[in-house]
Amino acid sequence: MTTSDTTDAPRGNGVTGLVPIAVAASLFAYFCTFLPVIAAGDVARLVWEWVPSLSISLSFYVDGLSLTFALLISGIGTLVLLYANSYLAGHPQFGRFALFLTSFMLAMLGLVLADNLIALFVFWELTTITSYLLIGFGHETTKGRRSALQALFVTGAGALVLLAGLILLGFTAGTFELSEINKMGPELKSHALYLPILILILAGAFTKSAQFPFHFWLPNAMAAPTPVSAFLHSATMVKAGVYLMARVYPAFSGTEVWIWTLTIAGGFTAVFASILALRQTDLKQTLAYTTLMALGTLTMMLGQSGGYAMTAFVTFLITHSLYKASLFLMIGCVDHGTGTREADILGGLARAMPVTAFAAALAALSMAGLPPFVGFIAKELAYAGSLEAPSSTTLMAAASLAANALMFAVAGVVAFKPFWRPTGGEMPHKPHEAGGAMLLGPVLLAVLGLVFGLMPGLIQGALINPTVVGFMGETADPKTLKLWAGFNVPLYLSLATFAIGLVLYIGHGPLRAFLTRADAAAPNFDRGWDSFLNGLKAFASWQTRIIQPGVLRYYIFATFAVVLIALGGTLILKDAIPGAPDLEGITWKNVALMVLMISGALLTTVTDSRITAMAGLGVVGMGVAVIFIVFAAPDVAITQLLVETLVVVLVAVALLRLPSLKMTGHFAFRPLDALLSAGVGLVVTLILLAVLATPIDRRLTDYFEVTSWPEAFGRNVVNVILVDFRALDTFGEIAVVVIAALSAYALLRTTDKGPARGIPEADEK
Amino acid sequence: MEALLAISIGVLVAAAVYLMLARHVLRFIFGLVLISNAANLTIFTAGRLTEGMPPLIELGQVAPDPGVANALPQALVLTAIVIGFGLFAFALILMFRAYTTLGTLDSDEMRIAEPREDDA
Repeated sequence: MTTSDTTDAPRGNGVTGLVPIAVAASLFAYFCTFLPVIAAGDVARLVWEWVPSLSISLSFYVDGLSLTFALLISGIGTLVLLYANSYLAGHPQFGRFALFLTSFMLAMLGLVLADNLIALFVFWELTTITSYLLIGFGHETTKGRRSALQALFVTGAGALVLLAGLILLGFTAGTFELSEINKMGPELKSHALYLPILILILAGAFTKSAQFPFHFWLPNAMAAPTPVSAFLHSATMVKAGVYLMARVYPAFSGTEVWIWTLTIAGGFTAVFASILALRQTDLKQTLAYTTLMALGTLTMMLGQSGGYAMTAFVTFLITHSLYKASLFLMIGCVDHGTGTREADILGGLARAMPVTAFAAALAALSMAGLPPFVGFIAKELAYAGSLEAPSSTTLMAAASLAANALMFAVAGVVAFKPFWRPTGGEMPHKPHEAGGAMLLGPVLLAVLGLVFGLMPGLIQGALINPTVVGFMGETADPKTLKLWAGFNVPLYLSLATFAIGLVLYIGHGPLRAFLTRADAAAPNFDRGWDSFLNGLKAFASWQTRIIQPGVLRYYIFATFAVVLIALGGTLILKDAIPGAPDLEGITWKNVALMVLMISGALLTTVTDSRITAMAGLGVVGMGVAVIFIVFAAPDVAITQLLVETLVVVLVAVALLRLPSLKMTGHFAFRPLDALLSAGVGLVVTLILLAVLATPIDRRLTDYFEVTSWPEAFGRNVVNVILVDFRALDTFGEIAVVVIAALSAYALLRTTDKGPARGIPEADEK
Repeated sequence: MEALLAISIGVLVAAAVYLMLARHVLRFIFGLVLISNAANLTIFTAGRLTEGMPPLIELGQVAPDPGVANALPQALVLTAIVIGFGLFAFALILMFRAYTTLGTLDSDEMRIAEPREDDA
């Protein structure tokens, strides 16, 4: 190996690098112990109560499907972490990276093992968040931040929709456990809520698995470091949507909506993405689009119901994870070794990077679907699955053929051309081979693609058959994986694939130029995303301008308007408007008192003189005190008099330093405000009259009256209530006054250090 | 009598709301004082009015005479008056402080927290 270059010198990440690898490896080993159980046709289930009152439990379920995923996640996770330990050796934030990536792996494992719908959702969102952090790992760049946010928004919005679907499903089915929902049989499919639930769940799955038209975030997510792309955005996280569709397959599949939605969305995404893949020049972008193609194919397979399609689903799932992770890691090696990922520049690397070239070749042959690789078997099964489909045979076969032929061409662009064709330009570095830790992953994964192809029995019994049985129940007929199935239609389709693919590869230069022009003319979802966000921002600021104009009196107006509407509306709706008030027992003395108070209030309202306003307030306050005296409340009256005096003193002191009330030069009548004020006043009067029209409940007063002396030894009932029965209230009241005083002191103390003393020009305007 | 008081309270509230809607912060404070008074009177009136018989227990007796004024709203209003005063005093100081810092009592001009679009 040629690890002489200094950039590969193992600066190392110490224990931070090793612990995650050990965690991932031991998880992988642990999941391997389930293999015999699952192969024997059993399942394992593990339950902890979480929120029993909401029937949420932390339950895990291991069957063929979840074990397949768990092994892929932990296995590829181990290799990716090992790879990342060298790829980001000595990176100042490696600890953070390792934490994010390990957290993601655990969340993803939780997702595929969860049996409870809510637990599944929690893990689902955890993968969204860790994915956001990982895509935004290069947060210094605008592109990194934008891509991270885009992925978060798209998958997060989808997840919210999914949550609605899961809750609806849980209540409809009467259980939140997936294993029980899947046993329910056809009643769910005929339920009135079947279609809404299906749409909501598919929305979540399609955003997560980047199906058209939500596909645009995935290529942007390639802003993440290469190990992340290999792990999250090809082998694991983006398959969460596919996993979910597979998980609910027994309960939901088979209806017309299911078949056609999945077939069309998947088929379209597959073809559309493979065409765009050929258009890219950045190898990582190319792979991102091929991932979209794979996700589309998997979705399309899930739309079907035959044994071939189901077997093809599982086989292609495993196959794709193996070769795609390998290719991504290989691109990382190339990037690392040459400093570029541009397809037009790279060339002739086989001499300098023989091991990488070897891994790339193996992985690409599997991707192209050539025998004897497992990719060939997957492709044959997919063709067989298309042909057995009852209703959409031609559509599926055509979509598969187009996508696979394009994959063949893309495999050539990604893994043949950079290594075996002459270079197209000057590379930033002189190419050099990557280190052993970085090569182990791609080589091992690529070799597995060959091994499983030669010996399909290794995965047949352990993973594929149990999963297919899980899908199809007792009637399952998992098909046998074999390299040679005789001269049949799938084989002819394969040969056609190779022929078309070869032509496409040879002509990919001019084809790409054509596609670039076509793509520039077509509507661009990524730019659409930007205009959507800009529109959202414009809407938000428009709305803020309306709701939050920054003018205090608008807020107060709104507050009182709400009071008026709420109270007045209630009065009208409850038909509680009181009749004419009973004006008996009114003396001229009392009328004079009221007239005095009202005059004081109106004087305060209309005057432009501060002294007059204070006098008006004083009249009102004293009037209130007199009312307390007249109506047998001496304690209250004393308090009112004291407070009123203090108010006048305080205002007088403050007024010495405050400007006059004449702001606009004269008293300006505000008709709208007057209308609102009159309305609020009227409503208060009406409510009070309505209260007075009902009999009074004196039970509490009676209690205080009879217990005041015997229990609290006080003859003034009001005082006893304050200091004894409601002593804590009074204590709180004292605390409020003390806090007000302390705050006032603090405010006054800092008067002269005001930071914005230089704003008096507002006064002069 | 209660009905008359209810109407007066309505007028007080209307005057208070009108003052609180003014641009001048000092008027707002006046409105605050008025509305506290109106609120206290509302509680007091809702407990019914009794003339001349305060809720006191005569020496030698264990309970007040029947027909004394309702003690409960009085206790509540007493608390409310004090709290209202605390609120008023704090608001006054806050206004005073705002004036010394911002140099204006026009609430439309107090835009440090939510500046105008063109100022921002």
